[in-house]
Amino acid sequence: MYLNANNISFSYRKNKPILKNISISIPDNKVIGLMGDSGSGKSTLCKVISGYLNNYTGTITIDNELIDKTGYCPAQLIFQHPEKTMNPKWKMHKVLSESWNPPQELKDTFGLKEGWMNRWPSELSGGELQRFSILRALNPNTKFIIADEISTMLDTVTQVQIWDSLIDYCKKNKIGILAVSHDKELLEVIADNIVLFNDINKL
Amino acid sequence: MSKVSFLNPLNSMNLRQKTLLLIVIIVLVLITIFISSYSIDTTNMVTNFALRNQAPSFEHLFGTDWLGRDMFSRTIKGLGLSIMIGAIASILSSFVAMIMAFISSINKYGDLVMSWLIDFFSSIPHLLLLIMISLCLGKGAWGVIIGVAFTHWTSLARVLRVEIKEINTSEFVNLARKLGKGNLWVAKEHILPLVVTQIVVGTLLIFPHAIMHEASITFLGFGLSPHEPAIGIILSESMKYLTMGDWWLAFFPGAALLVVVLLFDILGEEIEKLLDPTKAQK
Ligand SMILES: Nc1ncnc2c1ncn2[C@@H]1O[C@H](COP(=O)(O)OP(=O)(O)O)[C@@H](O)[C@H]1O
Ligand SMILES: [Mg+2]
Repeated sequence: MYLNANNISFSYRKNKPILKNISISIPDNKVIGLMGDSGSGKSTLCKVISGYLNNYTGTITIDNELIDKTGYCPAQLIFQHPEKTMNPKWKMHKVLSESWNPPQELKDTFGLKEGWMNRWPSELSGGELQRFSILRALNPNTKFIIADEISTMLDTVTQVQIWDSLIDYCKKNKIGILAVSHDKELLEVIADNIVLFNDINKL
Repeated sequence: MSKVSFLNPLNSMNLRQKTLLLIVIIVLVLITIFISSYSIDTTNMVTNFALRNQAPSFEHLFGTDWLGRDMFSRTIKGLGLSIMIGAIASILSSFVAMIMAFISSINKYGDLVMSWLIDFFSSIPHLLLLIMISLCLGKGAWGVIIGVAFTHWTSLARVLRVEIKEINTSEFVNLARKLGKGNLWVAKEHILPLVVTQIVVGTLLIFPHAIMHEASITFLGFGLSPHEPAIGIILSESMKYLTMGDWWLAFFPGAALLVVVLLFDILGEEIEKLLDPTKAQK
């Protein structure tokens, strides 16, 4: 299975194109690393692929079929800043179960402590919240993970640990990953292929 | 320092407990007024010329009027009616605000119409619009209630509109939609719990306005009928006797009305503090 973004162009304001005719392909058994400078448009591309932005030109397909704009999106975005993606008045167990109820061993793999479940998002650190948003994205309907700088707030040891768990789960469940980062060393460790954003984003 | 806090149990309470205590006291006072207005002994409210125009005494705390009726009982009756009308008008007003805010969240045309309506209704002087609505509906309690409801929904609607827009465009709602959640889920699970504070506080803050407006348009003769035991009626009737020096006829009912209005105002603010602790720190 492949996710294909074909000839994607997008701009927030007229005459200031951010994405210029980008094409990228993500297979379901690989981790594609996407590297680029900050401000170049990586997050914008991630949002287009996972359905958060609409006014783009080009197509996004999974196995040559357009992704349905309503219903569960098979390409799930994990944001750089998890705290904004959680309702501040929801406890963590509700935040997680809005997507699905993962089995206990999966919670353990990602280091979710039982005691965190009854806390508010404001009572956990960014790194702790990010574990929740990663696990939330692993709903069985997910076919591709779009990971936008998801580990920048973690220390190096935790970073490796989380990425190992995520990649392990995705390989077993045939979920493709687009791993976005400006960190060359990290991508060299985790990615099967590395794509340079500046190489694909030019007319 | 420590001696004082030993003597005074209030000092050992934290801010939240003090707020809660204040709320409970105010609610109890208001409930007492309301219940006693219905259970009060009305025998001293019948015409009794032997007791007419008596100044306040222990027998008649607020004095008696030109028909010998006990002014304390009349005031309590009037306050009960004020609270009742205030409650219905405030709740109705919040309903209108919620419906309007909901319409403005549907799409940009709904939003456009709604912002225009909000601006329109808030640009007309309340009293003028109120009198017009009340007159159209043939005065009476319902005229006042509908009048207040349709003039006072704008401030809450404005708050809700902005709040709902912000929640609707937040990342957690966008993400919920990508998880396949529909409008109903978003409204019920995300939006409603986040705006319930504003709705409760908004309703309570309309209360004092509703009560004051009811009294004033009744006083002016556009509101409740003279048969009702309303404070506005008492005040307008009393005007004739004020020049004769019967000051208590207007003073006590007027002051009591102001106290009730103030209590509702404080209640709204304290409940806001309780439900939204970030505001309390300001
Ligand atoms: N919502 C927005 N409205 C307007 N401009 C935006 C918006 N979001 C991002 N941009 C601009 O688009 C460009 C690309 O941003 P982004 O995709 O976040 O880059 P990256 O993720 O590579 O750092 C930046 O110049 C940024 O200022
Ligand atoms: Mg970015």
